[in-house]
Amino acid sequence: MAYAQTIEQIRERIAEHKRWDLVFAIVGVLSLIIGVLTFVALFLNMALEGVPRLSLDFFSNFPSRRPGQAGILSAWVGSMLVMLVTAVVAVPLGVGAGIYLEEYAPKNIVTDIIEINITNLAGVPSIVYGLLALGLFVYQFGFGQSILSAGLTLALLILPVVIVATRESIRSIPIGIREGAYALGATKWQVSKDHIIPYSMAGILTGVIIGMSRAIGETAPIITIGALTFIAFLPPAPFSAEPPYVSFEWLTSPFTVMPIQMFNWTSRPEAAFQVNAAAAGFVLVLMTLAMNGLAIYIRYRLRKNLKW
Amino acid sequence: MISLKFSAGALAIASAFLASGAAFAQSALVKIDGSSTVFPVTEAVAEDFQKAKKNAIKVTVGISGTGGGFKKFCRGEIDISNASRPILKGEIEECKKNGVEFVELPVAFDALTVVINPKNTFAMTMTVADLKKMWEPAAQGKITNWNQINPAFPNAPLKLFGAGSDSGTFDYFTEAIVGKAKSSRGDFTASEDDNVLVQGVSRDVNAIGYFGFSYYVENKDKLKSVAIIEKAGKPAVAPSPETVLDGTYQPLARPIFIYISTKAMAKPEVREFAEYYLAHGEKLSKEVKYVPLPSKYYKMGLDRLKAAQKGTVFGGHADVGVKMDELFSRKLVN
Repeated sequence: MAYAQTIEQIRERIAEHKRWDLVFAIVGVLSLIIGVLTFVALFLNMALEGVPRLSLDFFSNFPSRRPGQAGILSAWVGSMLVMLVTAVVAVPLGVGAGIYLEEYAPKNIVTDIIEINITNLAGVPSIVYGLLALGLFVYQFGFGQSILSAGLTLALLILPVVIVATRESIRSIPIGIREGAYALGATKWQVSKDHIIPYSMAGILTGVIIGMSRAIGETAPIITIGALTFIAFLPPAPFSAEPPYVSFEWLTSPFTVMPIQMFNWTSRPEAAFQVNAAAAGFVLVLMTLAMNGLAIYIRYRLRKNLKW
Repeated sequence: MISLKFSAGALAIASAFLASGAAFAQSALVKIDGSSTVFPVTEAVAEDFQKAKKNAIKVTVGISGTGGGFKKFCRGEIDISNASRPILKGEIEECKKNGVEFVELPVAFDALTVVINPKNTFAMTMTVADLKKMWEPAAQGKITNWNQINPAFPNAPLKLFGAGSDSGTFDYFTEAIVGKAKSSRGDFTASEDDNVLVQGVSRDVNAIGYFGFSYYVENKDKLKSVAIIEKAGKPAVAPSPETVLDGTYQPLARPIFIYISTKAMAKPEVREFAEYYLAHGEKLSKEVKYVPLPSKYYKMGLDRLKAAQKGTVFGGHADVGVKMDELFSRKLVN
């Protein structure tokens, strides 16, 4: 293309570039609108159908053949307990692995292979984790079809997400902070404990909660390891009035989770169950939103405390 | 400080359980799994049973399909298996290998219903031979127009909706119509979720599909059932509780079962549950839109249970068109 010669030609060139700028802006806005509108439409549809069904009873009733009396008690309690196990397992393992890979591990072919594998694991379909867990946790380790098995399965599922988030977060810490600490004779552990972990906490927690938000909606691996569809009792309470006060019996209890309850209702013939499913879906989306909200809040609080 | 907050949250969740007062001592548990077709009946029984026992006995019901249920049953992982077809030879052998013996109890009838769009006026009755022409494996890619089934039908594309291949419904329909279980054309819209099939048929004038009777009953305003002619010379029979009970709706009326492990029957809670099932199965199966057996068969089931008569009357075959009295008059085979 020839260079512009005159003022007119230059103006024309500029005008043309601006036209393209506008075209791209319009395409961008359209893409955004399609994505957002689809979600809003789905969410509103679900909310309009389901919200009138929400009541205290809906949260405190067990499933039932009568749609009007059916509730999500066993499902939301099950989901919470499974998430608890998932967090307790995935956070220390994921953060530990992330810190090791970033701060301790030598950069060689072995760590490269591990790195590639972790990234790939994040993309493995969740049903594969379910099958692995069925063989390993349910049968090999004999944990059975329990909250423990489900929590461990989902922990494996989100482990790559936690590791990657931890590493990203650690990498964003300026190298000068490490060097300053090392210059004063700190050991790697002191650097990690006093600087790396506190500074990267915001990013790590965000990663953890994004992983948990994914895990709470998972159905396939949980069905594979044998979550139940009808269960009208709660796991044993973790605390009791008599010694030894704390009980871990709930870990071995049978359970169900929100997405399974919802799926079961959508496949029922009676139309009233579809309303229940919409209400359960609404609650599930709220749970996910609440977790994301928590992530944003924590990130905000921790960023504020950073001194550099 | 963060970790403090985190564990505070965990404590809050945990104390919610304490507050809910759900402190159970080690209580009796009945484990059930299997067919999604039988699920609504068993769920209703389990719900009422737990209430009747004031939650002293806990019951869990899973859905992993008839085949998946028998796998767990024969490994001894569950007490009762829900089944929408009789136990098959391979499954009996698997059970034997693990020393699992069982009592077979028919608990209700389901009428597999062939449905068409309400606007369809030409396919109100169909013969089994017509359906076979439509669904057999040889039809794949070839039979794509209604007028290929019957020259009297209009020139319109044929849209098929059917059960997914993991379901007992698929096994039974193919056995009854094509003559061989699991033998079906593959180019149709398959779903394990019958509501998907209901939507599909209700939106397409040229569609035809099949699923359990309860889905038809709940969607009568959107669907029309096809009256079935078993063979030439017989009258066309529409699915209904009456035609199922008098045995004229053939061959798509099917009994549904529960199988109880004899080992589990030694546990009083399992025995009590099974007895409760037979005592209330008639009322409850009707409530969830299945066709209950006549009362006397529940009593015969109770006798079979009490005498712990082991085995199946089907000898490991997926027989179709079994008459109601044959469920008890035929010889039990281990």
